Amino acid sequence: MRRVSIVAFTVVALACAVGLAVAVSPWASADPDGLEKVAEDKGFLDTGKLHAIQDDSPIPDYAFPGIENDRLATAVAGLVGTVIVFALAFGIGLVVRRRRWRDTLTEPAGT
Amino acid sequence: MLDLVAMHIPDGFLANWIAALCWIPALLAVAIGLRKATAELIEPRIPLLGVTAAFIFAVQMLNFPVAGGTSGHLLGAALAAILLGPWVACIAMAVVLTMQAFVFADGGITALGANVLNMGVIGALLVGYLMLWSRDALPKSRGAFLGIAGVGAWLAVMAGATATSIELALSDTVPLGTVLPAMLGVHALIGIGEAVITVAAVSAVLATRPDLIAVRDLTPAERDGGSVPVATPEGA
Repeated sequence: MRRVSIVAFTVVALACAVGLAVAVSPWASADPDGLEKVAEDKGFLDTGKLHAIQDDSPIPDYAFPGIENDRLATAVAGLVGTVIVFALAFGIGLVVRRRRWRDTLTEPAGT
Repeated sequence: MLDLVAMHIPDGFLANWIAALCWIPALLAVAIGLRKATAELIEPRIPLLGVTAAFIFAVQMLNFPVAGGTSGHLLGAALAAILLGPWVACIAMAVVLTMQAFVFADGGITALGANVLNMGVIGALLVGYLMLWSRDALPKSRGAFLGIAGVGAWLAVMAGATATSIELALSDTVPLGTVLPAMLGVHALIGIGEAVITVAAVSAVLATRPDLIAVRDLTPAERDGGSVPVATPEGA
């Protein structure tokens, strides 16, 4: 079994994530999900509300604003979200380990 | 009209004191995760932290249909725990859920602690420690590893649904006897989806970079086969 490099692994895995968010999520089920369905059936759905600061959400409800086509709006929201989440989590890892991103591209030789 | 509820608890479902109480274990788990990461996150797992969070965010958008006009999506805590270990996984889940609340209006702000607890911390610790225990106690075959990963993923979803039900009941939003069977019923199905996706994703990592999986001892074949040497934790 031959291992792929960490760069190849990261690029391919990230491409998978972006591909799913962009190409598949616009066709995801629009049915109410587990908690939402239970809330609806048991009569407490109406108690849910948006927090005041969520009125100005940049990308409310996974639809990128200003895009008429619903599926395209979802695809763009998925792309933007996936990239931001990657950058944020990767960034936290770099900060706590005090590494530059380049340091993670090469792996220490020999063990 | 915004779709308020998407597995994620919106504000208003929970009493303020319950929502506040949930922040404590959520923050504690993330703090421990950050300490663990600071001490021992080896270099190739730094991008893995980013990739895992990004993948979970993306797959959480993929609602799949379950019975009776209901859908579900991956939670991802099990996957994160297997790849990153129980505590660092809490960082990945907190990043995903915080982004969803603040950028996508998905899940409440005061309820964020509860969402991190229910969908992140509980599943991550449950599955992370289940995998670590089974690593030492059970056969090390690939099949056993993936089997336990799948069962763990299902259990993580059920545990999260149970915690959510208890929080809703303590908030006087809905009686426990009403909400718990309903939540467990639908999440027993959603958990199957969680198990399938988790096993598929873990299989892909096993085939390409088994050394990245935090909760696994490498088999001799996996150890010797790598053309890239295994990184060691610095200062460990």
